[in-house]
Amino acid sequence: MLQKKNLWWVLAIAVFAMYPIVVTNPLFTTIAVFTTIYMACATSWNMFSGYSGYIALGSAVFYGSGAYTMALLSLHLHMAAGSDMFWLVPVGGLVAMVFAVPFGWIALRVRRHTFVVITIAVFFIFQLSAINFGFTGGTSGLALPFITWGYQNFNTPFYYVGLSLVVFATALSAAVRRSRFGLQLLAIRDDEDRAMGLGVKVSAVKITGFTLSAFTVGAAGALYAMFVGQIYPQFVFDPMFDVSIALMTFLGGLGTLTGPLLGALVLEASQQYLTVTFSNSSLYLILFGALFLIVIMFMPQGVVVYLRDRVTRRAEREREAVAANDLATADAVAPLDVAVGGAH
Amino acid sequence: MNSIALLSAAKDGILTGSIYALMATGLTLIFGVMDIINLAQGILVILGAYLSYALQVHWHIDLFVGLLITIPTMFIVGIVIERLFMSRLKGPEKTAMSLLVTYAVSLLIEGSLNMIFSVNDVQLQGWYVPKAFAIGQIHFGYVYVAGFILAGVLLSALYFMLYRTRFGVSVRASLADQTSAALVGIDVRRVSTITFGIGVAVTAAGGMIYGATNSFNASSSYDLISRLLTIIVLGGMGSLGGAMVAGVSMVFIGDMVGVIWSPVWSSMSYFVVLVIVLLLRPQGLFGKQLTRAA
Repeated sequence: MLQKKNLWWVLAIAVFAMYPIVVTNPLFTTIAVFTTIYMACATSWNMFSGYSGYIALGSAVFYGSGAYTMALLSLHLHMAAGSDMFWLVPVGGLVAMVFAVPFGWIALRVRRHTFVVITIAVFFIFQLSAINFGFTGGTSGLALPFITWGYQNFNTPFYYVGLSLVVFATALSAAVRRSRFGLQLLAIRDDEDRAMGLGVKVSAVKITGFTLSAFTVGAAGALYAMFVGQIYPQFVFDPMFDVSIALMTFLGGLGTLTGPLLGALVLEASQQYLTVTFSNSSLYLILFGALFLIVIMFMPQGVVVYLRDRVTRRAEREREAVAANDLATADAVAPLDVAVGGAH
Repeated sequence: MNSIALLSAAKDGILTGSIYALMATGLTLIFGVMDIINLAQGILVILGAYLSYALQVHWHIDLFVGLLITIPTMFIVGIVIERLFMSRLKGPEKTAMSLLVTYAVSLLIEGSLNMIFSVNDVQLQGWYVPKAFAIGQIHFGYVYVAGFILAGVLLSALYFMLYRTRFGVSVRASLADQTSAALVGIDVRRVSTITFGIGVAVTAAGGMIYGATNSFNASSSYDLISRLLTIIVLGGMGSLGGAMVAGVSMVFIGDMVGVIWSPVWSSMSYFVVLVIVLLLRPQGLFGKQLTRAA
């Protein structure tokens, strides 16, 4: 028997699966592909940074590694341009995990705010390497095998792979959240020293979480590379990527399951739409910055938590009103009971 | 590669590094007192540079004279940012939130600068900008030397303020422990606001020298902030002396790598040095020992 909550998820997946059937305009399906990529990345980012409280601003390392894995393997294996290349999407994720182990080992040795800065530094090491090494093609980047399935339905396969990544990341994030391992991550967020005192192997848990979260981001990077067909180091190793997925998660609600999904859906879709319609990127920066500030200032816990709190508060108020009513009745009958009732 | 080139690189490292040290000191001071990582420091440096640019182009005010206007202006900008946004940040996620808020502020400033000044590169001009004098075979650009002196003067002034005035005692007390500082009657709120103002004010001087020695536009801020962050982490976050030492040594190492190996690796050397140092000393060169995982 499906629970009501699960029913909502099934419904959401169904709606998303219907999207390219209903909407056929390539402009909107392109936006949808990017949106699924960001939804998967934000969810995956939240699975480590949201649960453990270690804000990472270096996820573009994984995204870029995935993208370069896709590009380099498809070129060196002389793969035929086509759906076979989708097999490289999980490979991109695995390569990102391989990079994540030493990255996490170095970066997670320090306190939280230093961690942020180290992730930024490691990010720049990767970006500069991609620009300066020969095999990455330098600043001119790499061109992938040119995919030639029809223009009209070009985006659809990418969209479904992207959507599977979203479903995978969300399921993984939910599984982690309910597991013993997830509780350990949350314990680290709340009080790392106490968690350690209670026997949580904090280093191992942090590195595992960090590495696990790298997979979907790397896979999404590989999908991105295959989708756009040409990668440049400054776009796959982009500082804006790091900040964007963090912002999406904060907007939706850090540490929640639906938060990063919602945040990425709203922000990435609107960003893509605005870039297409407004050519003025400076105005866009100002709008984006302003929205960002408003959210952080007025809903610091994210929209999901904000709305949930409002609903709970209203429910509480109603309950209080009822309770006050009861109290008034009780008061009239027997004043002694009130003291007992008040202790509830 | 010869010894002249090496000496020349060493000279550049020390002269330019002092300016980075000045900008990073503002950043580390803000972090130490307020637990705020000011990601907007990079764009504020660029804003400072554009202020000097505007004064020069529209009113023909000399760059160094212009500092008398730009430093107080940037101080006020800092105060406004602190009052509007920073003062609202509270709670255990304060540092993480501060990253996002200051990043948003920097996007706002970046967008505005792009609209006002366009994205074309500019460079600050003055009769002394292209000039240099030589000692032996090593050339010293006037601006670089002036920047070194300026950084020295401002850092000394900052040190005097921190270690010889009553206000400085309050700042250092807040650096050490905010709660205790508040308990002995220090107005930590006021100290924070003024500290943020001072931390931002140094960007006016840093930006002016940066703008005279590099061509820049608003997106130069990404390169700047990544260097500044690396410097303060290497030096130990919240350590003023650490920011100075790290600032000079980072640029020095970068220039050395550029001469000995290849210029393309010089900026990467910062980050590699940082990672190596942190492996051995997670708190940075002069950072406080790790206590509780805050």
